[in-house]
Amino acid sequence: MRKLALSDDILLQIEKPARYIGNEVNSVMKDGAKTAVRFAMCFPDVYEIGMSHLGIQIIYSMLNSWDDVWCERVYSPWVDLDRIMRKNHIPLFGLESQQPVKDMDFLGITLQYEMCYTNILQILDLAQLPLLAVDRGENMPVVIGGGPCTYNPEPIAAFFDLFYIGEAETQYRRLFDWYLANKRAGGTRQDFLRGAARIPGIYVPQFYEETYQEDGTIRGRRKLYDNIPDTVRKEVVTDVSDAHYPLKPVVPFIKVTQDRVVLEIQRGCIRGCRFCQAGQIYRPVRERHVDKLKNYAVEMLKNTGHEEISLSSLSSSDYSCLNELLDFLIEDCDRKHINISLPSLRIDAFSLDVMSKVQDVKKSSLTFAPEAGSQRLRDVINKGLTEEVILNGAALAFEGGWTRVKLYFMLGLPTETEEDIRGIGELSNKIAATFFETVPKEKRINGKVQIVASTSFFIPKPFTPFQWAPMCTKEEFLEKAYHTKKGIMEQLNQKSIKYNWHEADVSVLEGVFARGDRRVSQVILEAYKRGCLFDSWSEYFHNDVWMECFDACGVDIGFYTTRERADDEIFPWDFIDCGVSRQFLLREWNRAKEQTVSPNCKVQCQGCGAGRFRCGICPTDAARNGGMEEHAAASLPEGGLL
Amino acid sequence: MKIRIKFAKYGTMKYIGHLDMMRFFQKAIRRAGIDVKYSEGFSPHQIMSFAAPLGVGIESTGEYMDIEVLSMTSAEAMKQALNQVMVEGVEILSVSVLPDNAQNAMASVSAASYRLKMKEGRFPIEDLQHKLQDFYAQETIPYTKETKKSVVELDLKQGIYELTAEQDGSVYMLVNASSSGSIKPVMVMEKFCQFTGMTIPEGACQITRLETYTDSAASDDRTHRFTPLDAVC
Repeated sequence: MRKLALSDDILLQIEKPARYIGNEVNSVMKDGAKTAVRFAMCFPDVYEIGMSHLGIQIIYSMLNSWDDVWCERVYSPWVDLDRIMRKNHIPLFGLESQQPVKDMDFLGITLQYEMCYTNILQILDLAQLPLLAVDRGENMPVVIGGGPCTYNPEPIAAFFDLFYIGEAETQYRRLFDWYLANKRAGGTRQDFLRGAARIPGIYVPQFYEETYQEDGTIRGRRKLYDNIPDTVRKEVVTDVSDAHYPLKPVVPFIKVTQDRVVLEIQRGCIRGCRFCQAGQIYRPVRERHVDKLKNYAVEMLKNTGHEEISLSSLSSSDYSCLNELLDFLIEDCDRKHINISLPSLRIDAFSLDVMSKVQDVKKSSLTFAPEAGSQRLRDVINKGLTEEVILNGAALAFEGGWTRVKLYFMLGLPTETEEDIRGIGELSNKIAATFFETVPKEKRINGKVQIVASTSFFIPKPFTPFQWAPMCTKEEFLEKAYHTKKGIMEQLNQKSIKYNWHEADVSVLEGVFARGDRRVSQVILEAYKRGCLFDSWSEYFHNDVWMECFDACGVDIGFYTTRERADDEIFPWDFIDCGVSRQFLLREWNRAKEQTVSPNCKVQCQGCGAGRFRCGICPTDAARNGGMEEHAAASLPEGGLL
Repeated sequence: MKIRIKFAKYGTMKYIGHLDMMRFFQKAIRRAGIDVKYSEGFSPHQIMSFAAPLGVGIESTGEYMDIEVLSMTSAEAMKQALNQVMVEGVEILSVSVLPDNAQNAMASVSAASYRLKMKEGRFPIEDLQHKLQDFYAQETIPYTKETKKSVVELDLKQGIYELTAEQDGSVYMLVNASSSGSIKPVMVMEKFCQFTGMTIPEGACQITRLETYTDSAASDDRTHRFTPLDAVC
C-alpha cells in the first residue's frame, strides 16, 4: 500500500483529509522509478475547485497515455494544512505518488484567474522551491505556467521558468523529448531553457528584458539571444475532433464544484463581444464532431459512474449540431437515470422545450446576459442580444411555467452613462411587466415572478478591443452600483426584482494584474510575504494588506487601471501572438466608440487574423482577408534541438 | 429484489466519510452496470441503505449496505462486477439476496464488534487483561453523553457485551450499535482511561470495526443471540 505523505495524526485533525490522499477512481498509478518524466500538474486553488476543471483532466489523461511520463495532481493545501506543513517542514507532494514535488521534473501550474497569483507562491514555497525562477538550481523541477492568464504572463513572469501559450495538446511531447535529449546529452537547466524557448508556443521570460519610458509605459523589449523568437504564437489544435479527450476522468470522493461528466463541444466563440477575452484568445471556433461527442458521453458515463453530464463551451447555442446532441443525451440519459445540466442557452422555443424535459420548471430559472442596460451600450460592446429578443424569450418562458429570471450585467463599461445604468432597472421592470401581461392571474404560481439582476464590474483584459480602455476606480464602481440599486427601486415592479453586486476591491486588483507588467510582480511577492493567500475567497481577501504592499513597492494602481492607453502604446503582452491581430482589435475599439456593431464569424468574416491557423470556422482565404502577413516563424529546432 | 452487500474499508479509504462512501457506491454501482432500482421524481436516486455509519479514521471488515435491483444474474457475478470497479481500500466481501420481508440493514443492527490497536510507535498498555477485567467488573459505568441538543446519562455497562484483551495487546469489544443506546468504542476507552488513571491521547489507537450484528434471539428472550448481518440471508 502507498505510504501517505501526511501522518494519520495530521490527516485526522484537518478538514476534508480526502483532499490529500489521492486513490480516486481513474487516478493513474505508475512506477515512479521507471517513468523518465515526472510531472506535477497543479491547479492553484483548493481541491474541490481544481478537480472541477476540464483542462487538467485533459492534460492528465494525455500525459499519462505516454508510457515514459507520470503526471500527478497537486492542489493548494487549505489554510489548516498550510500551517501544519510549514511548521513541520513537510514538502508539497503529488496526490498519486505522495512524493515531493521538488523531486519531479516539471511543475505545471494552470492560471485560470488572476486572483490565484499568491497561491502560486504558496505552491512554490510549500514545494520548497525558490520563488524566483532565476534562483532555481539544476535538479529542481521546471516550473511551467499555462491557461488564460498566460496571455499576459508579465506580472508573474519572474516566478516561472517557462510559459506554454495556447492549447496543451500540441507541444508537450516535443517539450518532453527535448528535455530527455538534453538530459542524456548532459545539458544544463539553462541549455534546456534555451532549446525550449525555440519550441512553438513556449515563452521563457528570463530570456527577455523590458525597458520603460519616463512616463512608465514600455519603451521596448529585448531578447537576450538571437536564436529565440521575438513573438510567441499561441498553440492551436487544428482538428479538435481528433484531439485527445479524457474518457476516464478522475472521480473525486468528496463533492466538488463540478461533480459530473463534462463534454467540451467546441472551442472558441463566433460572437466577438468586445469585453470578452475568451471570445478572442480561443479563436477560431472549432466544433467537435457530434458522433464523437455521443460516443464520449456514453463512454465517460460508464467509466465514471457520474449521475450528471454537462456541456461545456462558450455560447453553446452556436454549436451547429446542438439539437441532435441534446436529443441523443436526453434519450440516453433518461434511460440511465442521468441528469443533464444544461449550459446557458439562447432562450427560444427549442431551448425551452429542452429545458422543460431535463429540469423542474418550477425550480429552475432562465438566464439572460444582456451585459448592458441599454441598446446603445449593448452596441458598444457588440452584444447582439436585443430587448425584443429578451422580452419575447421571457414571454415564451412565462407561458411555459417559468417564474424565475436571472439577468447579468456589467457596470463600468466604456462610454457608460447614467442613462445606460437606468436601463438595467428599466429592462428588469419590463421583464416583470411581461410576466403580468403574459400569465393570467389564476395561473400565477404564488402570484409572483422573481427577477434577479446581478452586476459585476468591468475589467479591461488583454487581447480585447477594450484593452485600451480606462477602468473605473473603486469609488466610481460603488457609485454605479448605488445608481443601479436606486434605478431598480424606482421601478413599478421593484418588489419582483432583487439586485446583487460584487465587491469592488477585488475587481481593482484583478484590473492591475490583468494589464500589469513585470513591475507588478514585486507587489504580489510582498503581499504573499505579508500573508495574502486564497485572495479569491472573500473571507481570506485582505484589501488593506494589498494596498500597503502597493505603497511599499511604489507601484501606482491607477497607472494600470484608470489610465486610457494611446493607440500605439506598447503593451506588456504585445509579444504574444494569439492569432487575433492588433489592427483588428484597434478597429473594433474604434467601432465601439462609434457604437457600431460587427457581425459574428458565421455571418461575415471580420479578418481578425485567426484565419492564419487555417482551421475551424475560418474561410480558407481568411488569412489574407484582414491583410495579415504570415509570421516569419523563427527557425524551429527539430528532434534533438540545439 | 433486495440485496445485502458486505464490504471492508481500510487503508487510505478510512479518511472518506460516510456520505462520501454513499456517493462512491452510487457511482460504483453504475460503473458495474448493476440494474439498480431508482426512486421516482425529477432527480431519481438509487435506493440504498447503510447499516451503521462508520466514523472517519475507523477501518472495518464488517460494513453492510442494502440496495434494490430490478434484475441480476447471480450474487457471485455481482460481487465480482463490483470488485472490478472498487479502489484500493474497499473490498466487497459478500453479496446476498435478502428475503422480501427482511428488515433493512439499518433497522437490523443491534451490535458491533471492534478491535482497538495501539498505532505504531505507541507504547502498549501494561497488564491490559487485568485492567480490562477490573473495569468491566464494575456494577455500572455511568457516561454523560453530550450532544448539541441534549445531555444524556448512559450506563455503558448495559451496552458492553464483551470486553477483552487480545494476544497482541489490542482491545476487543462487542457493544450495542442499535438505534437505541449505541455505544462508540471511544466512549468505552475514555471511561477505561479514567478508571485506570491512564492518558491515552486521542488518535493513539487504530479502531477497526470487525463485524456488525443483528440480534436473532426471540424478542421476549432476555439474552442476545448475535449473528452477522449477512447470516440472515
